[in-house]
Amino acid sequence: MGKTEYKLLKGNEVIAIAAIRCGCDGYFGYPITPQSEVMETLMELKPWETTGMVVLQAESEVASINMLYGGAATGKKVFTSSSSPGISLMAEGLTYLAGAELPCLIVNVVRGGPGLGTIQPAQSDYFQATKGGGHGDYRLIVLAPASVQEMNDFVDLGFELAFKYRNPVMILSDGMIGQMMEKVRLSPEKPRWTDAEIEERYGSWTVKGKPSTRERHIATSLELDSAKQEKFNLKLVAKYAEIAKNETRYEKIMCDDAEYLIVAYGSSARISQKTVELAREKGIKLGLLRPVTLYPYPTKAIRDLLPQLKCVLAVEMSTGQMIEDVRLAVNGKVPAEHYGRVGGMIPSPEEVLNAVENLIERNKK
Amino acid sequence: MKEEIIIAGFGGQGVLSMGKILAYSGIMQDQEVTWMPSYGPEMRGGTANVTVILSDDRISSPIVNSFDTAIILNQQSLDKFEDTVKPGGILIYDPNGITHPPTRRDIKVYTVEAAEEAARMKNAKAFNMIVLGGFLKVKPIVKMDNVIAGLKKSLPERHHHLIPVNEQAITRGMEIIKEENI
Repeated sequence: MGKTEYKLLKGNEVIAIAAIRCGCDGYFGYPITPQSEVMETLMELKPWETTGMVVLQAESEVASINMLYGGAATGKKVFTSSSSPGISLMAEGLTYLAGAELPCLIVNVVRGGPGLGTIQPAQSDYFQATKGGGHGDYRLIVLAPASVQEMNDFVDLGFELAFKYRNPVMILSDGMIGQMMEKVRLSPEKPRWTDAEIEERYGSWTVKGKPSTRERHIATSLELDSAKQEKFNLKLVAKYAEIAKNETRYEKIMCDDAEYLIVAYGSSARISQKTVELAREKGIKLGLLRPVTLYPYPTKAIRDLLPQLKCVLAVEMSTGQMIEDVRLAVNGKVPAEHYGRVGGMIPSPEEVLNAVENLIERNKK
Repeated sequence: MKEEIIIAGFGGQGVLSMGKILAYSGIMQDQEVTWMPSYGPEMRGGTANVTVILSDDRISSPIVNSFDTAIILNQQSLDKFEDTVKPGGILIYDPNGITHPPTRRDIKVYTVEAAEEAARMKNAKAFNMIVLGGFLKVKPIVKMDNVIAGLKKSLPERHHHLIPVNEQAITRGMEIIKEENI
């Protein structure tokens, strides 16, 4: 048996490498810190000379997302990446992709906002990713990597989910995971799908020239008949329920005997994991629940822990976004509060522990 | 084994690449590693720093507030990071350009005159490897074979002819590092 080979890579670099290796057909993007290494790595590796993957620097984020729409409509595996302000520019495209049920992957390496904000890590795009961003009743499947290894793994997983449910998938990362290097095991190489394979799997909806044997396919989100639109909306609701049933992912760390719980995703989960270690050294029974999918949200996993919990702290690099979903899960049964740093500041494990201890103190009976 | 290290200096001194070679060396001996750089405006001229963690177990936070070892290459970084060394920990610095040396007495302080030695070797680029050598003498957390393997992994193939020079610089660093008696 050969020894597994590990690489030392940045989160952003591994996104590019994983995309090439999983048989991605095209990337369309526009540079922005802190994720420019995604396109830089693609340009350096020149996959158009090996797998035939297209890499294109578009004239803007608006162009990128619409190129994604075009590629996805033909059943190709396509993705884009950007950071917060760039994702806002793509918001119109996101809702159109969701409305036309087009599978694709969008990577958001989040930086501090609002507006142009800062280039440092933040988690202040939670609402945008999980509750909308664009208009209309739609959902993205949102994956939240907490390591460079997961940045690698979620590219393939993201495409798999996108095509399984015909839905756009977002990887919601941040500047810390994007810029740091860790040990990573690359995924096995998969060839790009041939046209025949795409026809066989997705021929019922792909748009690539109408043969005389069938009706034309249209990749659109427009429906002028309200009754038909309502029916379509309800179909989406059923699809989202199916996704919630099958694809909710989370990780529990030291939760078995936990009396206090931190809920945190991505970078904050890594920091909070250290907080759990520090708390355990002091004899505080603290656990961590890390949502891996932010949509669908692991509501039931939190709810199931409630009988043993005294209080819950949501830790997030925002002024308090995910806390709303935590509170919905907790439903008033125990106190649930938010702790976070913002504007590109990263909380230390010690200050999170301090927040936990303050919360415990305030809720002593 | 778990070693939490901060390496800090000016941009261009090879701070980030020293950290990368150390991290790759850790991978070569099956350790878990994280390498977390400062990538903000300070990196574009001014100070650069990187946190490197090597551990036998899964690493929780790649961001830490206190370090087992601080490797310091300029005055600004010394001012910023001297207080972050854990009691009983290690601070290694190059005295070149340092006007206010470290004052703590609850840590071990070492000097490595790497800038001077690199000038003597007529190879300014050997600077960071001399420093790395000094660190490895004090804290032999990775084996030399694995450092060379790490160098091979982190240098592009066209630079592999430079590996013997780097090895020589690391060895030199091991020879010239001195414990400072405060």
